[in-house]
Amino acid sequence: MNVKLGVPSKGRLMEKTFDWFAARGVRLSRTGSDREYAGAVEGIDNVSLVLLSAGEIPRELAAGRLHLGVTGTDLIHEKLALWEQLVDPVAPLKFGAADLVIAVPRAWVDVDTLDDLDAAAAAFRRTHGMRLRIATKYHRLVREFLRQNGVADYALVDSQGATEGTVMNGTAEAIADITSSGETLRANHLKVLSDGLILRSQATLWRSRVAATEDGGNDVLTRLLAQLGQA
Amino acid sequence: MIPSRAETNAKAAALRAMFEAAGAVVVEPPVLQPAETLLDLYGEDIRARAYVTSDALRGEQMLRPDFTVPVVQMHMIHGAEPARYTYAGEVFRRQEHDPGRANEYVQVGYEVFDRADPAAADADVFAQIAEALGGLPVTPVTGDIGVLMAAVQGLQTSDARKAALMRHIWRPRRFRALLDRFSGRVDMPEGRRALLAGDVICDAPMIGRRSATEIDERVAALRADAVTPPISARELGLIETLLDIRAPMPAALSMLHDLEVDLPTISAAVAQVDARRKALVALGVKVEDLNFEASFGRTTMEYYDGFVFGFRAGGRPELPTIATGGRYDALTRRLGGGAEIPAVGGVMRPGLMLMLEGAA
Repeated sequence: MNVKLGVPSKGRLMEKTFDWFAARGVRLSRTGSDREYAGAVEGIDNVSLVLLSAGEIPRELAAGRLHLGVTGTDLIHEKLALWEQLVDPVAPLKFGAADLVIAVPRAWVDVDTLDDLDAAAAAFRRTHGMRLRIATKYHRLVREFLRQNGVADYALVDSQGATEGTVMNGTAEAIADITSSGETLRANHLKVLSDGLILRSQATLWRSRVAATEDGGNDVLTRLLAQLGQA
Repeated sequence: MIPSRAETNAKAAALRAMFEAAGAVVVEPPVLQPAETLLDLYGEDIRARAYVTSDALRGEQMLRPDFTVPVVQMHMIHGAEPARYTYAGEVFRRQEHDPGRANEYVQVGYEVFDRADPAAADADVFAQIAEALGGLPVTPVTGDIGVLMAAVQGLQTSDARKAALMRHIWRPRRFRALLDRFSGRVDMPEGRRALLAGDVICDAPMIGRRSATEIDERVAALRADAVTPPISARELGLIETLLDIRAPMPAALSMLHDLEVDLPTISAAVAQVDARRKALVALGVKVEDLNFEASFGRTTMEYYDGFVFGFRAGGRPELPTIATGGRYDALTRRLGGGAEIPAVGGVMRPGLMLMLEGAA
């Protein structure tokens, strides 16, 4: 049987993943036209490449439709409850590094910590009659983090992109998003809370704990991981 | 043995009939509840524990995580006083940490809205549920959130600090962190001193709805807090002593009476515990064996602010609590739009009761 390897289908994440595998003697490539999401694997037999959105790779690993997959730690933790039971991290790939953080307007000189955020949220609710809005696409991770840290009186509002702009646009008071250099945050007049780091993320190669490996699949996986230096 | 749905429903109907025979009116709230009410009450945490669905017409709806909120709402709109209600039906709880926990199960409940004699109403709910559980290997535990609240109100500190502690009564970790900060056990965060001294100049533009006035007000509040004397080690010790109380009711009461000497503001709340003890005795409950834990009920989703109780399955620590309940006067205030009524109630899980019966 073929072992299925899932890789993000476009952009820098795809290119860097291809480079990482190539450096270990496994050549991944897209085949056919630029628009066709088909791929080829050279350097090892019985491995097929599946190109798909990084956001869908966690679900496919958890369903056992992929044996291996490359995606960010953030997406695995956000999309899979009890992820430890579904996937194993095989290797961090040393790119795509980003932190999931909570950020507030830089003008909030009185807010540096989660403790401050909680107090500000309580006062905000009293003043405006609504909960303080935090824009994010990482609902589960943010909610869990704020619950553990005892922050109340906030509301999560969904933002699937350009999240840093929501405060300026008046649809949120604070945000929780991925940042690598912090430049976009600064450009949008936001600052990270000193204890507002929710998760450090980077592109990682994951192995599904539930994908079937009979009919020689296990041997192929063993060979592939050995070749990648992860045996 | 896992009971079938039919067996569980039959058990639920029998329990509800028992409460009905005791004078409770049967109510049947809808499964779908407006999400906004529950979000306002419990905050975003409720999303981790209840299923949210939506349509384009009514917006977000929740599959009822419990009956208490809809029953209170219904009573506040057109209930006569005093009132007793009973209900049976499924509740839905999202599970993200333990696949062994049911996300859909049947609850049977009994709720009492009565101004006349809170201690008697507390005892009535407890005794009715204890009787319904009769013969099962369960251990009851009781507590009273009102005592802790009264203790906080009695601290020699600013109203702002008391309000902050009261807001986090149901979040023990945050409560602890606040106590540590207010008693000077943790240092002021870096940069805070400069802010309070007025040395922080910020050129960032004002964005979002939180205004410059709100920021100034908070800075002023922080300044006022910085010159508020710390909560004394003695007072901190009293709160800790209170939270550690865990004993059969008579012994717990004598500890509470001892504490009362140093924390006179808890007197009324302790008197209420004592009045409840007497009311329980009058209903034939053996209070000598009834556990009282001062910190019980602080981590549940419910909105209890007085008497709390639970029945745990003895020797089956993996099972959820078989029955729980408590007093929720504040909830009626928040849902009542100005009106309020003292209320107490409890729920049982017939499915778990059948499992225990099968094992017994």
